[in-house]
Amino acid sequence: MTATFAAAEREATRTGHRAPRRRRRRRGGGFLAVYSWLVIAYLVLPIFVMVAYSFNKVTTGLPQVSFTWNGFTTQWYQEWSGVPGLTSAFWLTIRLGIASTILATIVGTLLALALVRYRPPKFRGRTFVEQVMFLNIAAPEIVLGASLLGLFVTINVARGFTTLLLAHVAFSIAYVTVTVRARLAGFDRSLEEAAADLGANSWTTFQKITLPLIRPGILAGALMAFALSIDDFVTSNFVSGNVVPFPVWVYGATRVGIPPQVFVFGSVIFGIGILCAFASIVMARRNL
Amino acid sequence: MTHSEGVAPPGGATRRRRAPLGKALAPYLLSLPAGLWLLALFLVPMVVMLSLSLQSCNFGTGACVMTWHFGEFWQQVSLYHSQFLVSIYFAGAATIIDLVVSFPIAYWIAFYGGSKKNFFLLMLLVPFFVSFVIRTIVWEFILSDQGIVLGTLKSAHLVPQNFHVLATGYAVVAGLAYNYLPFTALPLYVAIERIDKTVLDAAYDLYASKREAFTRVILPLTIPGLFAAFLLTFIPALGDYVNQQILGGTSDTMIGTVIQNAFLTNLDYAGGSALSAVLLAIALVGIFAYARLLGSRTIEEYL
Repeated sequence: MTATFAAAEREATRTGHRAPRRRRRRRGGGFLAVYSWLVIAYLVLPIFVMVAYSFNKVTTGLPQVSFTWNGFTTQWYQEWSGVPGLTSAFWLTIRLGIASTILATIVGTLLALALVRYRPPKFRGRTFVEQVMFLNIAAPEIVLGASLLGLFVTINVARGFTTLLLAHVAFSIAYVTVTVRARLAGFDRSLEEAAADLGANSWTTFQKITLPLIRPGILAGALMAFALSIDDFVTSNFVSGNVVPFPVWVYGATRVGIPPQVFVFGSVIFGIGILCAFASIVMARRNL
Repeated sequence: MTHSEGVAPPGGATRRRRAPLGKALAPYLLSLPAGLWLLALFLVPMVVMLSLSLQSCNFGTGACVMTWHFGEFWQQVSLYHSQFLVSIYFAGAATIIDLVVSFPIAYWIAFYGGSKKNFFLLMLLVPFFVSFVIRTIVWEFILSDQGIVLGTLKSAHLVPQNFHVLATGYAVVAGLAYNYLPFTALPLYVAIERIDKTVLDAAYDLYASKREAFTRVILPLTIPGLFAAFLLTFIPALGDYVNQQILGGTSDTMIGTVIQNAFLTNLDYAGGSALSAVLLAIALVGIFAYARLLGSRTIEEYL
C-alpha cells in the first residue's frame, strides 16, 4: 500500500550524493511556504488528535473513547494491556511483522541482486519478473486479498497465522526488491573483483564486501516490509480467519466502541516509527 | 528504474574463466524463491479468482463447482453498477483534490526545500506512521457532530445544529483524500525534482514570465508524474472500503464493501471474484493507457 515509500527513500539517499548544482538563489517561496506548512499541519492534525485522545478521561461507565474532551489522564497508558483481545492482537501483529519481514527481506534481496546484476541473455525472463512485481504493487489491495482468500478456500487451507504470513510476505517482496535495488544501483562491482583477485572465495567476498555495502539497502527494505506488515488491514482481513491481527481487531471494534488503549498503541507505534525513520535518514546521510 | 541501467556486469570478470554451471544458473537461483512465492501467492490466486468467477457456489457452505457461467460477470455488474459508479466518483473526487492540494507543496519542496528536503518528505509520509484504520477512526472523531470542528462551529452558531458531515459522501471523500495524499504528493515531487533546473533558467533568460515558465516548461515536464500520481492514488482509493465503512453512510456503498461482504459475509465466492476481476480490469486499463501514452517503463520510476 505504501508504494511511495520507495520513491521517498530513494530520493532521500540520492540527494545526499548529489554534487551541489549551481542554481539561482531562490527565496523561501512566500505564499507557497505558508501553504505548504498548512498542508503539513493538515497531515499532522489527526495524529495530534489521536495522541490527545489517548490521554482523554472516560466519564461514562464503558471504557470507550468518547468524542468529547473530559480531562487529562495517564490511566490508559498505565492500563495499556487492560483489553486482552487488543493486547494479544498487538503481539500477534508484532510476531507476524517480524516473521514476514525476515522472509520477505531475504527473498526480496536475492531477487534484487539477480535483477541488478544480470540482464538478458544471461537472465531470460527478467522483464517478465519486473512486470509481475509492478502489477503486484499496482493492483488494488482488495483484489490481492480476495484472490488469496479464493485460493485458500479452493485448496481448502484453514486460515490462520500461516496464511497471514504467506500473504504478508507475498505483498512485501516487491517493495523490498524495489527498495534494495535502488540502493544496489550505485554498487561498485570492482570491489568484489578486487577481493576475488586477492584470493577470496565467493562466500568470503559476499560476506566481507558485498553484504556490508548493501546492508543499508537491506535495512531500508526490511523497515518497509515491517511497516507494510503491521499496518496491513485489507489483505489480513481476508486471510486471517479467527486469528486477529491488530488492525483487524481495531476495525472490528469500530462497531462496538473503541477502547482508549487503541490510541495508546497507535501513539506508541507512531513514536517508534518516527524514531526509526529519523535514524534511517541519518544513517543514509552518513552512508553507514 | 533508470539508474540501475548503468551497472551491466563487466565482461572481463566472466571472460577470465569458463563460466561454470553455477554461474550461469545464478540469476535463476537468486530469483527462484521470490519467483515461486509470487507465482504461488500472486499469479496463481489471480487465475483461481478468474476460475472462481465462472463457478457456481453454494452460499451456505461456500462450496463451488465449475459451470463456465460467464453470465456471472454481466449479472454482478448489472447488480452493482451503481456501487462501481460511486467508487469511481468518490475515488476520482479524492484523487483530483489530492492532485490540486499536493502539487504546490511538491513544487515547493522540490524548488525551495534546500537542505531540509528529507525532513519535508518525511512530513509528507507522517500519516503512514499511524495505522491506516486508526487514521480513519480519528477522522471519524474530527468530523463527528460534536467533534472539534463541527462542535466548535455549532457552538459559535456558524452552522445549523442539525448539520452533519459523517455518514455522507463528503466524509468519505475527505477520508480518502487524507489517507491517499502521500500517494499523490510523492510521485509529483519525484517528477518536479527531476526537472533540470537549468531548463527553467533558460526560459527565464529568454524572458519567459513566471507564469509562462510554469505553463510551458514545468507543467509539460511533469505530465508523466501527474498521470503516475493519478493512477497511484486512484487505483487504491477505488478499491478502498475502510473509509466508506467508517466515515460513510449506508446509502453510498463502494464496490470494496460489496466485494468484502461477498467473500466474508455471504460466502458468494463466484460473485466476489467476478467483481474483483472487474475492479482489476479497470485498474489495468488505466495502467495500459499510461504505458501506451507515456511509455511502459516510466511509471515504475514513481513507485
